[in-house]
Amino acid sequence: MSRYLLRRLLISVPVLLGISVVLFSILALAPGDPFGELALNPNIPPEVRFTLRKQFGLDDPLVVRYGRWLAAMLHGDWGYSFVSRLPVQQLILQRLPTTLFVLGSAYVLALLIALPVGMLSAMKPYSFFDQVATTFAFVGYSLPTFFTGLLFILVFSIYLGWLPFIYSSTIEARGFAWVIEHLRQGAMPITVLGLFEAASLTRFVRSAMLEVIHQDYITTARAKGLTESLTILKHALRNALIPVVTIVALQIPTIFTGAVITEQIFRVPGIGSLLIAAIESTDTPVVMAITFVYAALVILFNLLADLIYGLLDPRITYS
Amino acid sequence: MREQSDKAMTAVKAAPYGATGLAAARSQSLWRNFWRRFCRHRLALLGMTVLMVLTLSTLFGPLVYHQRINDIDFAVSLQGPSLVHPLGTDDLGQDLLARILYGGRVSMAVGLVAMLIAILIGTAIGATAGYCGGWVDHVLMRLTDLFIALPQLPLLLLVVYLFRDTMRRLFNPELGIFLLIVLVIGGLRWMQPARLVRAAFLSLKEQEFVEAAVALGTPPLRMVLRHILPNALSPVIVAASLGVGSAILAESSLSFLGLGFPPDMPTWGRLLFDAKDHLDSAPHWALSPGTMIFLVVLSINYVGDGLRDALDARKVL
Amino acid sequence: MSLDEVALQEWMHRVAHGMADRRAFLRYMTGLGLSGPFLSNLLATYAPAQAQTPQPRADFAPTKRGGGGKLRLLWWQAPTILNAHLASGGKDLDASRVVCEPLAAFDPDANFVPILATDIPSLDNGGLAQDGRSVTWRLKKDVVWHDGKPFTADDVIFTWEFAADPATGATTTGSYADIDHIDKLDEHAVKVVFKEPTPFWYDAFFGHRGHILPQHLFAQYKGQEARNAPYNLKPVGTGPYKIVEFKPGDVALYEINPQYHVPNRPFFDTVELKGGGDAASAARAVLQTGEFDFAWNMQVEHQVLSGLERGGKGKVLITSGASIEHIQVNFTDPWTEVDGERSSLKKPHPFQTDPLIRQAYALAVDRRTVAEQLYGTGGQPSSNFLVAPPRFVSSNTTWEFDPKKSAALLDQAGWKRGSDGVRVKDGQRLKLVYQTSVNPIRQKTQAIVKKVFEDIGIAVELKAVNAGVYFSSDPGNPDTYSHFYTDIQMYNTGPGSPDPQAHMDRFTSWQIAQKANNWSGRNIPRWSHPEYDRLWKQAATELDAVKRTALYIAMNDMLITHNVVVPVTWRHVVSATSTKLRGMDVTAWDSNLWHLAYWYRAA
Repeated sequence: MSRYLLRRLLISVPVLLGISVVLFSILALAPGDPFGELALNPNIPPEVRFTLRKQFGLDDPLVVRYGRWLAAMLHGDWGYSFVSRLPVQQLILQRLPTTLFVLGSAYVLALLIALPVGMLSAMKPYSFFDQVATTFAFVGYSLPTFFTGLLFILVFSIYLGWLPFIYSSTIEARGFAWVIEHLRQGAMPITVLGLFEAASLTRFVRSAMLEVIHQDYITTARAKGLTESLTILKHALRNALIPVVTIVALQIPTIFTGAVITEQIFRVPGIGSLLIAAIESTDTPVVMAITFVYAALVILFNLLADLIYGLLDPRITYS
Repeated sequence: MREQSDKAMTAVKAAPYGATGLAAARSQSLWRNFWRRFCRHRLALLGMTVLMVLTLSTLFGPLVYHQRINDIDFAVSLQGPSLVHPLGTDDLGQDLLARILYGGRVSMAVGLVAMLIAILIGTAIGATAGYCGGWVDHVLMRLTDLFIALPQLPLLLLVVYLFRDTMRRLFNPELGIFLLIVLVIGGLRWMQPARLVRAAFLSLKEQEFVEAAVALGTPPLRMVLRHILPNALSPVIVAASLGVGSAILAESSLSFLGLGFPPDMPTWGRLLFDAKDHLDSAPHWALSPGTMIFLVVLSINYVGDGLRDALDARKVL
Repeated sequence: MSLDEVALQEWMHRVAHGMADRRAFLRYMTGLGLSGPFLSNLLATYAPAQAQTPQPRADFAPTKRGGGGKLRLLWWQAPTILNAHLASGGKDLDASRVVCEPLAAFDPDANFVPILATDIPSLDNGGLAQDGRSVTWRLKKDVVWHDGKPFTADDVIFTWEFAADPATGATTTGSYADIDHIDKLDEHAVKVVFKEPTPFWYDAFFGHRGHILPQHLFAQYKGQEARNAPYNLKPVGTGPYKIVEFKPGDVALYEINPQYHVPNRPFFDTVELKGGGDAASAARAVLQTGEFDFAWNMQVEHQVLSGLERGGKGKVLITSGASIEHIQVNFTDPWTEVDGERSSLKKPHPFQTDPLIRQAYALAVDRRTVAEQLYGTGGQPSSNFLVAPPRFVSSNTTWEFDPKKSAALLDQAGWKRGSDGVRVKDGQRLKLVYQTSVNPIRQKTQAIVKKVFEDIGIAVELKAVNAGVYFSSDPGNPDTYSHFYTDIQMYNTGPGSPDPQAHMDRFTSWQIAQKANNWSGRNIPRWSHPEYDRLWKQAATELDAVKRTALYIAMNDMLITHNVVVPVTWRHVVSATSTKLRGMDVTAWDSNLWHLAYWYRAA
């Protein structure tokens, strides 16, 4: 197992490099211009735009630009944003706490809802509880987040006036008041996102549990006289978790890039909205840095997922 | 000779542990058996019916219901359901029922076809990776990682910009855009099914029935398609049913980026997007497309449940 | 009584100096059909300059600085850099205006208001040279930068050097390119000398192109180093507020400047400028929940806005605007590729070069419905391309919506309806592709136009391009507005300052956008006419204000009679504010925050 782990880690490096080449090429080839807004202004002569493009090396050949980026990365220099000239690391770190708070909590909420609801649904399939849970899950899932977000805003901010809907990253209160304020403004984005994730996660948990619950070893366990909860938790859940782990492993990296639409609706200054803004203004260094970190996280979590499969199902072996 | 042994094999497989010998003795084809079991599942049948109704009404509805989709009339804008406009009107006074029926064709087609593409690619890759193991698994999984890591938005912009005109020329403009969109949506959503199928294959591969089949000399392709895959499909079916809804909505995000269908094509996702700013003044506008998407997703889910239960050899139906 | 030019100028001079009856003059001129604001502006050019310090309002005369609490501003695009000379959009200009100031600004009527200057240079106070070659500015004394150093003439001269240097790549460089050199007359006076007689002298150092930079801080960040200066993100200015914290793409926090050079101003103690999201939810935040006090550029459907206003927590503020949403007609063929480019001058458009077709387009656009239903009070139909300032607006043009007449013109041009209802001529279908940016109001405008066009037999395919792509200047991207690879397109543009010189340059023959100039030319419809070129060149050096105005009006008329563009809506500046907020004086000619020091909250 440890040899496998070592091999995977070693291979990750060239894989990550390969991914970075593809990412960089896509960004370089995609249409868009960081200095596009200048084109609209009649007072700006075209020479200004061309000077800027040259200054940032935007017209150099692709290989040269990639090489420059790679060399800088190896020195720990993630580059400077074209738009604001802040070091990219600083931009990302500015937004990391908010992202972890809002999106991390949303995902935890999703897991907290999905696991018990999914399990209960599986234990009593097509019962009233199951039908209600399914319907709610699907209502939540068929509506895009911009929609449910707006619905929440209308109900909780506008009609009831309970919660603010513009997220502020600069709250001045202290101590307990600070916590309350953060909870108040985070409540809606966290719930909207959490419910959306929970909807699909519940379905996966339910389906996985259904697969497992009819297996013979579960019947054996019950026949042996184990309590229901022990049976479920110790035997069924472990085996049902394999597809669930797959999904969760795929989704945790997305916490980092965030749910763009929800961030837009509530104006949460997370990394997702930084990514979209950077993409729209073709701020390549920022996009490269974020997607690179995301790629590294994806590789890391997939490795973790593969390792966990081995733990969950001892029959799975890696040569 | 071969066929008989196949039938025997499937008969053995179809008989769950502890089932009566009678069922084992009857030789039935896998698929007829499957269909019979599916029809016993009430909710699945309901789902199937709803889907049929929706499909038929979007296909033939416009022939029967004669309101035009783009009759602009500000005098009746934002009106609720009435006799003349059964689902109400939008802010330009256009009839919503006509738009839902017309756009429904596109939305459902996009949802189903994109999902099918994603499932097909994902299953193929996941099955190959899971079954073969070794370096094949390795390479395919790294490829999957690559696709997961790609930033979808710049990729979309690039693909559309590179291929839109070619597609328009090869097919007529509408079909070209449709194909481009489903390829783009499906092509970026196969990773999750691939990982799910691979994970299922990894554990199924070690089970006794696979050992038995190998001992009998089953060639790999048949092994994958006939034996392992039907058991691995359960999470894939869930992903498929969720995938349809997400494909329908993904199409709407494409169109508000200006990459999808032209802005006057009333797909359900687009209708939702247009309605969002009028949620408090005209909720009926958002209710219709929202309900449609919900019905499609729900019925596909029940159909999926039925599929899974019908394929599950152990379940008594 | 006929009036020749000389006599007219004489009369105006005497009125401006109080030597003739102003009322009689105004009455006579109004009788000729000239508007009040036009005349005031015209007279202002002749009048002795007065120190136009905005008078405190009757209901608010502050006796101390501050005490107003927090002002919350919501922009739906987030600022990313706080140096107006390197800015890429309106959001950055506004965010930096809180901290930095120009020598003078423009008020809602396009009058000049001195900020860091003591008065506005004019012919009478000797500020403006008779030969149009130089301007003398007298600067306010006792102004300090936020770090305590005094503001002097050196800062003004440095600002010019910074902006004019091509290595800096400043976005304001066009305004400083015509300056030959600046003489320092003393610590608080400069003389700006132009290369040529420049009627458009009120560009450099005005409004958002004129933020003065502190020379003692920026001296080491000239030229190529400009974008690395830390003061781009933590600016030091002379304005009413100092920067406290700036998170690019998110929020900027400011606090009061206790040394501000206007006594007892500003009113608010701190300002928060938050960015991001979309316009409709920004409107809700101000009009429905009151979470914010002011929101900018409300590009939201009129029906939605008026619905939100009914709550009573906020109101919608409309200020006369300067931009025109218009449809451009492509004079070249976007569907044939010649030497690697489409819409090339080498291949004229198969049917849009026919004036009857273009006239048919103009008659078939329902401007009234678009303005009333989509823009409401935020816009009105227009027959002109040049819609502001008022003195440049032509009264020689009209617009008409008459689909029948339009259909008749198409018949006359030889286009007969085919079997599917679409007109055909010589085997060619009358089919258009009509593009614009992704924007709900624009998509609805497209739907309205398409409906009428199809009713009269023109097939229309709509296209909406992501705004970031549409307005980009990337030569490789075929979907930009300057490539114009469709038959007609629509967007919004206006003069960036109260002078139409740069704006009307959009239709000269040397500005035609082609592959050879990387599509950076500003003449997008690719139309040219020797008479238009001649008029423009003449206006660029014409010192006589009356003659110059007449030239621009003639150019506008040419555009309309030749149907190069179909003006759709004259768009106004729409903002949302809380009912208690006063003093904004929002103007179309300058930043929304130009008057920030005078904003206050009524009790």
